[in-house]
Amino acid sequence: MGLKTIDRAVRDEAKDIVREIGAEQEKVIPLLQEIQKRHSYLPEDLVEAVAQEIDVPVSDIYGVATFYSQFRFTPMGKHLIKVCKGTACHVQGADLLASALQEELGLDGEGTTDDMNFTLETVACLGCCSLAPVVMIDGKVYGKLTSAKVKKLIKGYSDGKN
Amino acid sequence: MEKTKVFVGLGSCGIAAGAQDVFNYLDEKIDTQVSELEVTSCVGMCYAEPVVEIERGGKRVRYGYVDKKFADEIIQSLEDGVFPDKNIITETDAGKAYLDRQVKIVLKNCGIINPESIDEYLKAGGYEAIKKAMHDYTPAEIIEIVKQSGLRGRGGAGFLTGQKWSFLAGAKGDKKFLVCNADEGDPGAFMDRSVLEGDPHKVIEGMLVASYATGAGEGVVYCRAEYPLAIKRLNKAIKDAEDRHFLGDNILGTDFSFHLHVKEGAGAFVCGEETALMASIEGKRGFPRLRPPFPAESGIQHSPTNINNVETYANISYIILNGADAYNKYSFKKSYGTKVFALAGKIKRGGLIEVPMGLTIGEIVEEIGGGTDSGRPVKAVQMGGPAGGCIPARMFDTPIDYDSINATGAIMGSGGLVVMDDKTCMVDVARYFLAFTQKESCGKCTFCRIGTKRMLEILTRITEGKGVPEDLDRLEELAHHVQKTSLCGLGQLAPNPVLTTLKYFREEYEAHIYDKKCPAGVCKPLITIRIISDNCTGCTACARVCPVHAISGEVKKPHTIDPDVCTRCGLCIETCNFNAIEVV
Repeated sequence: MGLKTIDRAVRDEAKDIVREIGAEQEKVIPLLQEIQKRHSYLPEDLVEAVAQEIDVPVSDIYGVATFYSQFRFTPMGKHLIKVCKGTACHVQGADLLASALQEELGLDGEGTTDDMNFTLETVACLGCCSLAPVVMIDGKVYGKLTSAKVKKLIKGYSDGKN
Repeated sequence: MEKTKVFVGLGSCGIAAGAQDVFNYLDEKIDTQVSELEVTSCVGMCYAEPVVEIERGGKRVRYGYVDKKFADEIIQSLEDGVFPDKNIITETDAGKAYLDRQVKIVLKNCGIINPESIDEYLKAGGYEAIKKAMHDYTPAEIIEIVKQSGLRGRGGAGFLTGQKWSFLAGAKGDKKFLVCNADEGDPGAFMDRSVLEGDPHKVIEGMLVASYATGAGEGVVYCRAEYPLAIKRLNKAIKDAEDRHFLGDNILGTDFSFHLHVKEGAGAFVCGEETALMASIEGKRGFPRLRPPFPAESGIQHSPTNINNVETYANISYIILNGADAYNKYSFKKSYGTKVFALAGKIKRGGLIEVPMGLTIGEIVEEIGGGTDSGRPVKAVQMGGPAGGCIPARMFDTPIDYDSINATGAIMGSGGLVVMDDKTCMVDVARYFLAFTQKESCGKCTFCRIGTKRMLEILTRITEGKGVPEDLDRLEELAHHVQKTSLCGLGQLAPNPVLTTLKYFREEYEAHIYDKKCPAGVCKPLITIRIISDNCTGCTACARVCPVHAISGEVKKPHTIDPDVCTRCGLCIETCNFNAIEVV
């Protein structure tokens, strides 16, 4: 069994990323963060190319990547929705928001819609507790939500109004 | 003529409440000949966001609930050269109740200065502490002052900061590290975020003093990636401090050097534990390890390392400038200084508060926070997040100090204080926290990995009405095993939410198990949602939102809910304008 063939362009990108971030062991997390910043997830080929570039076993890299909840292994939808599951949001009805979102998006739990328009994730806490319950969409936080409000919000994003 | 200054509070929460829109609107409309617009951060009165302040002729007035309509009034008043007379949030009874009991040491500059301007920090007395430290004291004297101040670690464990520093100062090694733990992972807590967003230089200065006292040449701020604004402002502050020679080589023209950079976390709660945090900084999985060796002996890259929390560092400049006596003027038993709390949950006035040690929980909840937002009775507060516990309302005379809080079974923790009313189910809260720790357990210790899983299964069973009487004993037994056989704080403290609710709210567990009822009306399988026909106007709003079409009835006539179809999602309750739907 030889090494998997990886496209030249992917190898070049890996070199570029390593040049920018560094090749030391302590740079593994920043390297993964940079890959995800560029692609919104960790493409397998690129992760392997970076691993070879810094001479660390791919298994070690995946060991780190799967440990941290920030990293995703499938492509992200056009819009990223993060439902806050913090304590304040929980007691103010975050579960209700989550089920309203799932219903609106046709998802069963977290994941990405078939049309690749939305990815739904939960986050432990966004730290905007006084506005609970909150949802973050594409980096923007919306507070004091209700199921009806959040559904309207999503419609706005689907229609390209938000 | 001196221009009128208009400050807009742009912290993450303020922005979420619409402060950025207000800022942009003012920016577009304001007459720059007479007024200038300034950025500041969160002043802590989150309940009144967006907050705007107007300063003219030495007078500064704070306004809350600012929307575009009120912004127009502000613009008009600026042109007229007067202060608007409505929406002032400091001079009202509510504002006074919220502010009068607070003492601001850590949060002094938050919401007052522009956090992105080093000049404003300097104008507010910034970087005077490091000058004084280097000029007036030896490193050993600094450590002695911090010891005398009685400052204890604000991350939750409460270890004496001065003592921690003396370990690092005494450690042998050419290279020493200083870490600022900003991996604020507790759900329901946002103290560190606010401090980093509102006054990043104060944290840097605290680290500088620590570096001078301990001989650590390199520093890392390990910050949650979920806090992009805090990271951005911190990076800017570090760069500005380097440009002014407060950081880097030859600080203030001496041979003292300290290099600081930010390291972004990647989303793992366990990394708040110091040994796991160091593993993460080294680019590894965030597994905690056995101590000893303690970080002061062998930390990052096997070099001596000291780790303190954001709030701990933010206390340092005050202590150096004012002395240990001034600091421990605020004291209660063996706790000194102030503590910052994130007041949230079912509270009327939520936000970021800083109070002297010794204030009681009741004073915080009832006086500062104004009780519940719903007007319903307060049932409990949750302190310390997933590692903490629930303190019932009947114990609200418990003072805020490390030992008194620990005695309740909760912990001081990093400062999350979530208020719960009688519509909060304590079994559900215990299950919520355990679901969190179970998910965040790194898996190293068997009892933490599997024990929490079994505990979660039992709690889930109880909330589904499938609990059996033996479950409570089983829960307690498992809880004690998990406490005793886990390596790090995550596992050792994970059972706290369960044990405290079992101790103070056992009757709620029993109601779930024996009566198959959820007294708070939260646990879905144990509740029924029904329409109060006397109140129902037949407006059909509920029937239209019901996702499973469980509601039927004719227009203008009382509706009914089919309990066999109803999923108890609660959407109808949220929609009804006539209080005609109840949970039984």
